[in-house]
Amino acid sequence: MSEPRRILIDPLIDDNPVLLQVLGICSALAITTSLLPALLMCAAMTSVAMFSAAAISAIRAHIPNNIRIIVQMTIIASLVIVVDQVLKAYAYETSKQLSVFVGLIITNCIILGRAEAFAAKNPVGASFLDGLGNGLGYSAVLIVVATCRELFGAGTLLGYTVLPLTSDGGWYEANGMMLLPPSAFFIIGLLIWAVRTARPKQVEKPDYQIHEVHRTEVL
Amino acid sequence: MPDQKKRSRDSTANTLIVAISVSLVCSILVSASAVMLKPRQLENEDLFRKRIVLEVAGLYESGIDVAETFTQVEPRLVELESGEYSDVADPAEFDMLAAGSDPELGIAIPATEDLAVIRRRAKYAPIFVIRDGDTIEQIILPVYGAGLWSTMYGYLSVSPDGRTVRGLQFYEHAETAGLGDQIDKPDWLAQWPGLTLFDADGNPAIEVVRGQAPADSTHQVDGLSGATLTARGVTNLVHYWVGPNGFGPYLDRLAAEAASNE
Repeated sequence: MSEPRRILIDPLIDDNPVLLQVLGICSALAITTSLLPALLMCAAMTSVAMFSAAAISAIRAHIPNNIRIIVQMTIIASLVIVVDQVLKAYAYETSKQLSVFVGLIITNCIILGRAEAFAAKNPVGASFLDGLGNGLGYSAVLIVVATCRELFGAGTLLGYTVLPLTSDGGWYEANGMMLLPPSAFFIIGLLIWAVRTARPKQVEKPDYQIHEVHRTEVL
Repeated sequence: MPDQKKRSRDSTANTLIVAISVSLVCSILVSASAVMLKPRQLENEDLFRKRIVLEVAGLYESGIDVAETFTQVEPRLVELESGEYSDVADPAEFDMLAAGSDPELGIAIPATEDLAVIRRRAKYAPIFVIRDGDTIEQIILPVYGAGLWSTMYGYLSVSPDGRTVRGLQFYEHAETAGLGDQIDKPDWLAQWPGLTLFDADGNPAIEVVRGQAPADSTHQVDGLSGATLTARGVTNLVHYWVGPNGFGPYLDRLAAEAASNE
């Protein structure tokens, strides 16, 4: 695979920021109760990831080492505010549902993590693609989690009824736990399990292992 | 050579230059976007609140022109203490929250009476009267109060005699997603129309109970599972605003007028 394609495709499954690096979990728990806010969050997150990576990469040769994190945070925070303002102007009602979580993109480890690990050392184009890839990797997980939670927790998808609830005369008994944050942990945990089964390379070596000792030999 | 370049990059002068220019560019970007998008955001906010007023009045259907339908609504200003209509300001422009913190237009609420935990309120409140021809159909009152995390802002629609709830809607809050945010879900709000605001002694009686409200109850609403404090906040804010320190005098006047008309 060519280098730019690898940068873009890798974070989707092989190097997924949520599933492999287990970053950005907070927002993945908070805004995945229904699909529409999750989609908007994905768009916000991906655009911040792309443009912050490109901006940081563009001035990487000039950023002094001792204030680099602050400079990166300033750029990221500014972009987040711009995205928040745009959402309030063009997607007012959904942005109300996202409330503080758009602002919290600033503290999303994926963005600063990619800025430090990739954008600070690589050219603009590649950094942009890396931001896009990681944003999409995050989005993929969010979309799967939000789909499961909205479908099984409320019987709807994007607000449309898919599984008619018993409370409305249908047959599906809503699983209230799906609307609570722990369910996102379970779903992400299952996803990690599934991906690591398909890609055994991702399985970490145990930090600690008990070695069998044969006493007779020692004696 | 690279060593020399590195040193100049980390020099104090370069650090200052980079810090200042990054801040400058970022602040220009942020303020430009905020200023450029502000009119659109205000318009959205205004339209959204009008839509909520129409929703609580039962006049809203998806796809209608909110601004145009809103012309059916008649804004009035009520002096809360006396319960009389007032002309001190244009009701459509009156900002109740800003007036609350104004030393002239607002008053401090004594802590013992501050059920809604809002500390100050305006002396006047903008309300909306919905008419069908000449007869008043319903009256929409602005209500707000503290929930678990946030202040919840909404509208309560009451019957022309001020005794029965016609509907409740919230337009702004930041309660827990998936739990407390049920306060703006239609399923839960559908229980409100028809409830009696006061008990036999004239005290505010509406209550969001724990668990399920009895089916025949005239002033109890199902609780919100996992959001007891939000539910309590809703009970308290309704009590405050229909009580003697809120719209109580106005609602009493409506009741007296309705009785004398019969």
